[in-house]
Amino acid sequence: MCAEQPPPPDTSRRRAIGFFLGGGVLATLASFLYPVMRYFVPPAVVDLGGDEVVAAKLGDLKPNSGKIFRFGARPGLLILNSDGTYRALSATCTHLGCTVQYRSDLREIWCACHNGTYDLNGRNVSGPPPRPLTVFEVHERGDEIVVSRKREA
Amino acid sequence: MASLRNNLRPFLAARSAWLAGFIVLAACLGYGQAVNSCLDCHSAQEGRLGVTPEKFSQDIHAQKGLTCTSCHGGDASSYDPAQSMSRKAGWKGKIDRKQIPQLCGSCHSNPALMRTYNPSLRTDQLDQYHTSIHGKRLATGDDKVAVCVDCHSVHDIRPPSDPRSTVNPLNVAKTCSRCHSDAAYMKSYGIPTDQFEKYNISVHHDALAVQGDISAPTCTTCHGNHGAVPPGVDKVQNVCANCHVFQAQMYQKSTHSKAFADKGLPGCVVCHSNHGIHKPSDAMLGTGSAGVCMRCHAPGDHCDRARSNILNNLTMLDQAVNGADQALRRAEAAGMEVSEARLNQDQARDALTKARVSIHGFQADLVDQNVQAGMKIAAANRKAGDDAMVERNRRRIGLGICLIAIAFMLVGLWLYIKKLES
Amino acid sequence: MIAAMVRWLDERLNLEGLIAPFKHKTVPTHRLSYWYFFGGITLFLFIIQVLTGILLLLYYRPGANEAFESVQYIMTRVQFGWLIRSIHSWSANLMIFTAFVHMFSVTFLKAYRKPRELTWVTGMLLLFLVMGFGFSGYLLPWNTLAFFATKVGTEIAGQVPIIGHPMMIFLRGGEEVTGATLTRFFGFHVAVLPGIVTVLIAIHLFFVQRQGMSVPPKVEADWTANPSARREMKFFPNFMLREMMAWYVAIGALGALAALFPWELGVKADPFISAPAGIKPEWYFLFMFQTLKIIPSKVWFIDGEVLGVLGCSLAGMFWLLLPFFESDKPARTRAWITGLSIFALVYVVGMTVYGFLAK
Repeated sequence: MCAEQPPPPDTSRRRAIGFFLGGGVLATLASFLYPVMRYFVPPAVVDLGGDEVVAAKLGDLKPNSGKIFRFGARPGLLILNSDGTYRALSATCTHLGCTVQYRSDLREIWCACHNGTYDLNGRNVSGPPPRPLTVFEVHERGDEIVVSRKREA
Repeated sequence: MASLRNNLRPFLAARSAWLAGFIVLAACLGYGQAVNSCLDCHSAQEGRLGVTPEKFSQDIHAQKGLTCTSCHGGDASSYDPAQSMSRKAGWKGKIDRKQIPQLCGSCHSNPALMRTYNPSLRTDQLDQYHTSIHGKRLATGDDKVAVCVDCHSVHDIRPPSDPRSTVNPLNVAKTCSRCHSDAAYMKSYGIPTDQFEKYNISVHHDALAVQGDISAPTCTTCHGNHGAVPPGVDKVQNVCANCHVFQAQMYQKSTHSKAFADKGLPGCVVCHSNHGIHKPSDAMLGTGSAGVCMRCHAPGDHCDRARSNILNNLTMLDQAVNGADQALRRAEAAGMEVSEARLNQDQARDALTKARVSIHGFQADLVDQNVQAGMKIAAANRKAGDDAMVERNRRRIGLGICLIAIAFMLVGLWLYIKKLES
Repeated sequence: MIAAMVRWLDERLNLEGLIAPFKHKTVPTHRLSYWYFFGGITLFLFIIQVLTGILLLLYYRPGANEAFESVQYIMTRVQFGWLIRSIHSWSANLMIFTAFVHMFSVTFLKAYRKPRELTWVTGMLLLFLVMGFGFSGYLLPWNTLAFFATKVGTEIAGQVPIIGHPMMIFLRGGEEVTGATLTRFFGFHVAVLPGIVTVLIAIHLFFVQRQGMSVPPKVEADWTANPSARREMKFFPNFMLREMMAWYVAIGALGALAALFPWELGVKADPFISAPAGIKPEWYFLFMFQTLKIIPSKVWFIDGEVLGVLGCSLAGMFWLLLPFFESDKPARTRAWITGLSIFALVYVVGMTVYGFLAK
């Protein structure tokens, strides 16, 4: 832009303009592009939940045991039955919201807060829980156990 | 229809004899088997003798096909009082209170018969009743005590699952209180009559009636229903343990378990009372008016020191959780996104609950373990909140730099325009 | 160096010829000249929208189960994600605001009159489409407020007689607002609307370029009476540089808004909870929303909602065709249109404020 203008009468003024204009262009470009460049960098945490989550690796769980994993905002419970099948449910007790656990001695899901129990299908069997636990879908993908929300038909 | 009948009731009552004759005539004309002469007359009667078809149709027994004569005997097909209510026809009239349990039990204690209606219904109510205080007193000739119909109502008996039933969990306390809160009625027994009043301010009543959690305990949950007896001083913890598993387990292993048993003190009730159980608070461990420990323990002894240690620990975690809450609220108010830490606060709160439960072991180090776990989570959440504020300040600095760059640019442009146009 | 590169390109592509029309273009200079900036600012904000929108697409995932989480991810995990999203949201609102300012300035400066009727029509269409951008973009984070605002908004569209219901089904992708609606709105927002708007902007700018800048009738009259008072400024670079200053101010304002008031995320939408009390649409729909609210439920024998929707549609249609009601004699303007314009401005502002204050 500056190249084709006739030379100004006052070089110090010209220098001031050049300083402000050139510095301004560089500084603003830098301050606009820096965030954008940083934005492109993929974050270390790849996923924040949503539809599915890797609950465990194959071999993490012994048969007839359970594990709490994080599913989006809430805890989930992954159970490896003694016959080698996986099962995943919401781990939030439907009574007062405590986190339930798998009881390998009872082969049941148990809430310690008020002694509520659920069977492995999530049905509330005894104690205070008013509703069953939500059951999730479990898939094995490579050596990962992937849990996902059941799709509505 | 009902209102019409109500309007006609005085008229009908006045002329019931005349009417009976008329109805007999009608009955002879062929309505014989289909009519229930009991209800036709008794629906027109006032007070305790009045039973309307509307009322009786609500009764589970009526729905299952039973009629008046199933209990009262007599001949419902006859409109002649002399026949329908004749002893010859098996008419029993008003059932004597003392006979009521036996009468109900004649079916309800018969597994073979009950199976034909509801195979899963229990048949031990009468046996249980005999073991209850009510049943025992009735056997000694005290007919002021509750019999079946006092709790289950009569002529409109609904199954307990029906919200209108007098024995529905939500109504049980009210039903029991009809006698047990009546000071005059209970006078001869010498037992308190404030249980209902106390229960109504308890944490269990709040859960049941206010929060609508029908699994929360009412009178019968602890006292039993047909076999109603107070659980007994040394067995209280067994009853509470049905729901409060962890607390009971820890208590059983604690020194208090044996000490209370030796002294004949009623377990859980010693600290928590029975009917008027308040939501427990940390202040129960304190030395103030809500404090319970110092009722027995002497200030300055080993246990007092453990108590103050536990209390300090719980207070510390409580404050840490609240502090983290505040830090997160501050960050949210500044528009920062801290929803993840917000969710993690649930875990911190869980840890606090767990620590509070663990005091039932009465071991300071056990509580300490849980408190430390909670402190870690609360500290992380607090840090998330504080970090968000630091990040906010960093954003403002970044904004400042950017605005300075823009200001530079604007000055440059303005000077350039001035130069162009000069 | 730059001069050499420009010369190199010029020799091959005849850049001079490309810029030539802009070099001859002039902008009238008078006491109302600053209104000319708002079209350019709106265009600039649209460009910001395109750029930040593309950036958001890197991480955003449409779908009822993922949308909220992915926006949350952008806001918390992605470096400067909060900045990009907040700028996108703020810029959207500012763009609609400046588009309205631009529209009303054109109305009051009578710039829509012959020969600029088509410029006005394309501009009005752009305004409608920009509001469509706002409506469709608002749902994309899939939070509670957006969910219910969309529910109410599409329901109102469903009130139009005959075509209303099919239109609602078309918008929602079914009878209810579901993940299907989100997918649709996403498609409208990032593909359909940008395509149409870009073409319309090109036409709009082409018209402006062909016709030059309009001079308000009063200024024109002054100048005709006193030709020596006529002042003009070269579009390039004089006006362009000033416009650039306005753009820099705009981007500074956007940055400040984004840093000081990051756009909030809200709570994930749950179709099964009841609508929160006092649900309101975005401010730019508030005047229509409030209009519908104050119409009684039955007017004579017509359903109030239907009447309101029809009224709003007719008013919009009339406004779209405003130039064709104006006198085509350059020296005369119709006073009733000026009156109506004042009424429209007062009504829109008043109803918006009323909508904000009303419970």
